[in-house]
Amino acid sequence: MREEILRIIERNSRIDTGELAVRLGRDESDVVNEMMKMEEEGIICGYHTMINWEKTTQETVTALIEVRVTPQRGEGFDKIAERVYKYPEVKSVYLISGGFDLLVTLEGKTLKEVSMFISDKLSTLDTVISTSTHFILKKYKDHGTIMTKKKQDERQMITP
Amino acid sequence: MRNPLSETIVNIKPSGIRKFFDIVSEMKDAISLGVGEPDFDTPWHIRDEGIYSLEKGKTFYTSNSGLMELREEICNYLSRRVGVSYVPKSEVIITVGGSEAIDIALRAMLDRDDEVLIPQPSYVSYEPCTILAGGKPVIINLKAENEFRLTKQELLDAITDKTKILVLPFPNNPTGAIMERKDLEDIAEVCIEKDIFVLSDEIYSELSYKGEHVSIASLPGMKERTILINGFSKAYAMTGWRLGYACGPQEIISQMTKIHQFAIMCAPTTSQYAAIEALKNGDNDVAMMRDAYNQRRRFLMDAFRKMGIDCFEPFGAFYVFPCIKEFGMTSEEFATRLLQEEKVAVVPGTAFGDCGEGFLRISYAYSIENLKVALARIESFITRLRAQ
Repeated sequence: MREEILRIIERNSRIDTGELAVRLGRDESDVVNEMMKMEEEGIICGYHTMINWEKTTQETVTALIEVRVTPQRGEGFDKIAERVYKYPEVKSVYLISGGFDLLVTLEGKTLKEVSMFISDKLSTLDTVISTSTHFILKKYKDHGTIMTKKKQDERQMITP
Repeated sequence: MRNPLSETIVNIKPSGIRKFFDIVSEMKDAISLGVGEPDFDTPWHIRDEGIYSLEKGKTFYTSNSGLMELREEICNYLSRRVGVSYVPKSEVIITVGGSEAIDIALRAMLDRDDEVLIPQPSYVSYEPCTILAGGKPVIINLKAENEFRLTKQELLDAITDKTKILVLPFPNNPTGAIMERKDLEDIAEVCIEKDIFVLSDEIYSELSYKGEHVSIASLPGMKERTILINGFSKAYAMTGWRLGYACGPQEIISQMTKIHQFAIMCAPTTSQYAAIEALKNGDNDVAMMRDAYNQRRRFLMDAFRKMGIDCFEPFGAFYVFPCIKEFGMTSEEFATRLLQEEKVAVVPGTAFGDCGEGFLRISYAYSIENLKVALARIESFITRLRAQ
């Protein structure tokens, strides 16, 4: 049941639990219990909203930053990752295989704000060897949702 | 000038769906629950394979029976999913949709006045295709109290010494009914005893919500007297690709191939390449779509229960078939008024046979959001009717 619930709420976190129960053919109380358990266990980490900020008047700049670091004895990458993710401007931090170590997503109001953060805060950390910054120009698809077009039903109204 | 038309064709009555379609298309901004095809796009990896085949210049005819690789994949699929094994070289033909398979199977098997048993309500083409093939359609009216399954007694009652073929359309369009193993065993017993062939239209086989789909061809003694028809339209959301297939005894398939070769040549090449990909790597897509349909089915059944609409629980395809007899209207009146007053298009049950009177076909090949809007309108319509 868990996986079924997760698959649905991953797409629509606002779904009414009664409807969720009907769709899965379960009792509503069971569904609610299961969701509470998953919240406690940290499987469900929040109920966020996907926003296409480009369509609002709010100006935002998003950057993907590749960071190379020196892992520390006994701590590996975790300590440095923590120092980075504690900044509220940082939206996500991943440890990555390949040519660099951390992939950091950063959001700011202006290009300048983002650049300042990188030069002042990120690059100056002891263990950071280098950074390489990519600004996002256009978001086509995010969290499995295509941002650019809305799909139309092209089927005929009645078919056998 | 002489009458240019064939009497046989002129006498075939036009599809009831067509008539309703004309009314609906004049209605602006109606929401429809009237389609018989998936709302999903064909999964991208399947489309991509079709595009790739075009890029590589695979734009020629295939052999009449279809690409050997596709026939092999179909045989793998059938042995994996329904436990029947066919020989790709001689027991499979790729057709232009399941519809062509129905047509050529009937034409290959019927002589004048051979009788074909057609359970109704069912898909619109069995009856006219039987007539076009020179056979005589004999309708079996299925009953709501049997959940629109075909019973042994109904079958026995319809059999004469002219009966040659039984059409077995399950999971069923428009009722959503399925036939479970025990139901099929009863039917198989009669078919063997009375020496009747079965045309098993299993186009909705992947959309079964109560255990695994069972094919009558998998029952002992039945493979040799069954033409199994299936295709890609419903399972892989590939309606526009026009691709289906028939499997059966070599002697029947080879005669079907003869008709196909003269009338069609071969099924669309691009679609055949895409279909290979569907069978090789499409299991997850099918499961994902089946889950989505199943959720909508439960959602719709729950909504009807709450509205107090009489409806048996269907376990197949993507239709529910509620009964509207309490409102004292014909299916067509009900559907027409629902369209005019609430702008919701559904198909009257009578489009699928006279015994569909008093029922509606409601498709759930729509998103839950769409269904919610339509259900709210249906509810306000019936509340008004009940208040009168």
